[in-house]
Amino acid sequence: MATVKFDEATRIYPGNDTPSVDKLDIDIQDGEFLVLVGPSGCGKSTSLRMLAGLEEVNGGKIWIGDRDVTDLSPKDRDVAMVFQNYALYPHMTVADNMGFALKIAGVDKGEIRKKVEEAAGILDLTQYLDRKPKALSGGQRQRVAMGRAIVRSPKVFLMDEPLSNLDAKLRVQTRTQIASLQRRLGVTTVYVTHDQVEAMTMGDRIALLKDGLLQQCATPREMYDKPANLFVAGFIGSPAMNLVDVPAASDGAKFGNHTVSIPREGGKGGDRVIVGVRPEDVELTTNNDGLELTVDVIEELGADAYVYGTPTDDKIKLHGGDDNLAKPFIARVDGRKVPEKGQTIYVYPKGEHMHVFDPESGARL
Amino acid sequence: MALELTAARPDPALLDLPWRRPLEDWPEEILAALPRGISRHVVRFVRLSGRVLAVKEIKADIARREYEMLRDLRRLGMPAVEPFAVVSGRVDADGEPLDACLVTRHLQYSLPYRALYSQSLRKGTATRLIDALAVLLVRLHLAGFWWGDVSLSNTLFRRDAGAFAAYLVDAETGELRPRLSNGQREHDLEIARVNIAGELMDLDAGGLLQEERDPVEVSERIVTRYRELWSALTTEETFADTERWRVDDRIRRLNKLGFDVDELELTTDVDGTSIRVQPKVVDSGHHSRRLLRLTGLDVRENQARRLLNDLEVFAASTGRQGEDEEIVAHDWLARVYEPTTRGVPRELVAKLEPAEVFHEVLEHRWYMAEKAQHDVPIQLALDDYVARILPGKPDERAVVGIDTEELPVLADDSLR
Repeated sequence: MATVKFDEATRIYPGNDTPSVDKLDIDIQDGEFLVLVGPSGCGKSTSLRMLAGLEEVNGGKIWIGDRDVTDLSPKDRDVAMVFQNYALYPHMTVADNMGFALKIAGVDKGEIRKKVEEAAGILDLTQYLDRKPKALSGGQRQRVAMGRAIVRSPKVFLMDEPLSNLDAKLRVQTRTQIASLQRRLGVTTVYVTHDQVEAMTMGDRIALLKDGLLQQCATPREMYDKPANLFVAGFIGSPAMNLVDVPAASDGAKFGNHTVSIPREGGKGGDRVIVGVRPEDVELTTNNDGLELTVDVIEELGADAYVYGTPTDDKIKLHGGDDNLAKPFIARVDGRKVPEKGQTIYVYPKGEHMHVFDPESGARL
Repeated sequence: MALELTAARPDPALLDLPWRRPLEDWPEEILAALPRGISRHVVRFVRLSGRVLAVKEIKADIARREYEMLRDLRRLGMPAVEPFAVVSGRVDADGEPLDACLVTRHLQYSLPYRALYSQSLRKGTATRLIDALAVLLVRLHLAGFWWGDVSLSNTLFRRDAGAFAAYLVDAETGELRPRLSNGQREHDLEIARVNIAGELMDLDAGGLLQEERDPVEVSERIVTRYRELWSALTTEETFADTERWRVDDRIRRLNKLGFDVDELELTTDVDGTSIRVQPKVVDSGHHSRRLLRLTGLDVRENQARRLLNDLEVFAASTGRQGEDEEIVAHDWLARVYEPTTRGVPRELVAKLEPAEVFHEVLEHRWYMAEKAQHDVPIQLALDDYVARILPGKPDERAVVGIDTEELPVLADDSLR
């Protein structure tokens, strides 16, 4: 087990002017589950592969524990790519399926059996060790595949979109299983996904990348409650945060005719700010207080409903967050108090639950 | 949702396949009884419009990606299966969505390694398969393809004059790069070694491995063969200006390995006393291209080597070594090769490809001659081979063999 450190790690592909991963700095704790997340092309897989030794590092360093592994070959790094190879061998027992890589590595029989039994204990597979994989359920087979990585006792587990070829239902089950197993094993893990829900539910911490640059590295709670910039605000959370470009005056930001007080650290921010409100933090009224919206769509969820609306004033701009496309304003409302389609409603941020960003830099104010 | 078909040359008959059923439940009458290897996904073989197609059920985006990847690989001249179509937008009878299917053409006369092991084997089959895989891996790496899941299961083998030629079957995990880093190549190599060892251990556990050698030891061969070939093809050599013949020597060595040098980098040092040489672009198929040029025959590398040797013997024995090569080759084709390959009765043509039959007849003639202690005419060898040897061989055009089970690890509903 070990810590992992990306120390200004940079990767520039030959022929490219801009780095695919630009001075990445992340300190991963021993036993931590870190998720690298971001849209496609953000550099998350490249970062993982730099750690695995599969991509050259053109600048900076990578450390595993107190060892500089920047120039080591993949084999010498003591990391394991999990779920890379799913095939189980039908004629071999579960124990042999788990232990054969150790046999290749020249580990002696007694030692292999010991390691396999340990792993089987953790994976609840002890009673199946002498059976053939055909007799196992899907979940058990998957644990055998994990077992193959566990018996090697690597310092770090690496997983690159391991759930990408599963259907939605299986994804949910499998991600819970991987997360709980990782916690039981306590092995430092770096996990890559493009799915923010996966990142939020699995990671101890999340590192969000965009265009090769680290946007924020924090716990899921912190990412959700205190997004460092507009991009993080738009990427984390589903449905996404409403990001509204509104006028700002000395007494606060104007949400329609409703003024909300905003923090102005060091006098930053001009005459406009972007206010972010999560759908669950929206106060909705019908008495001309707040930003005026026309209701387009109602999505009933039972206890709650999502209201999708468009600002009546077409000068009010809603930021798309991560994709910059025009998007509706979304509010979560009590399922018993749902407005009607076509109705005019007024919204403003509930209490202190809002986020303010600089429209120029996108930084949190 | 409407069924969506992506194909370069769509065959309307494709639409008649039961796409509304999960692949696992396709009726037996449309399946070709081909062996199914170890696979992460459900794979079936069907007969359609006189050809055999492989159908793999996977998610639509992955299917499309693999389809494109296989097309790119073929465009680069890499030995890979031919992608045929992607079928997406599938729903079952209840309107529930089903995964997409990637359809590829079955490679005629190709053999999965498991089918090879179900036959009684010549000694050393494992090493010959691994040698073929090493050549494939080097070629893919030179082309910038990072495979990610190198294994015997993901490869198909065709006989090649007693050896084998390997073809890539599964490009799901692959990526094309301008150039591969050493780390990436080493990673593929390590995966290959572990997978091959696992596959051989599995055969051993199933009682199918007749060879005495240790699977781990055999699997190490992929590493040594790969490295030998890689260094022969890419190493930079330096020699004195007075040894220019060594440039030519390097090219000859590469030709002998079956590669042509399309681009060679030659640099001299400042005072001009030494020359550095490094092949930049190499292309396999040296002998098969030469044979194609001379005779129009399109066969694999070792078969071509064998045929070219026989052509040389023909030229020498008829005293025509000084003559125009192409004219001699034409005569050889008409007088030796074609009569021999046409001499196989119709009911036996599905056994082996013509070039492989020719190779076997030559081998057979040699055994007959050794026994008789004098030369044997090829017609006599052919008659004996067709009467005694060929009928005992399995049909390999569209292999029917053992039906191995598949064990998808992550595609099951019963997670607990």
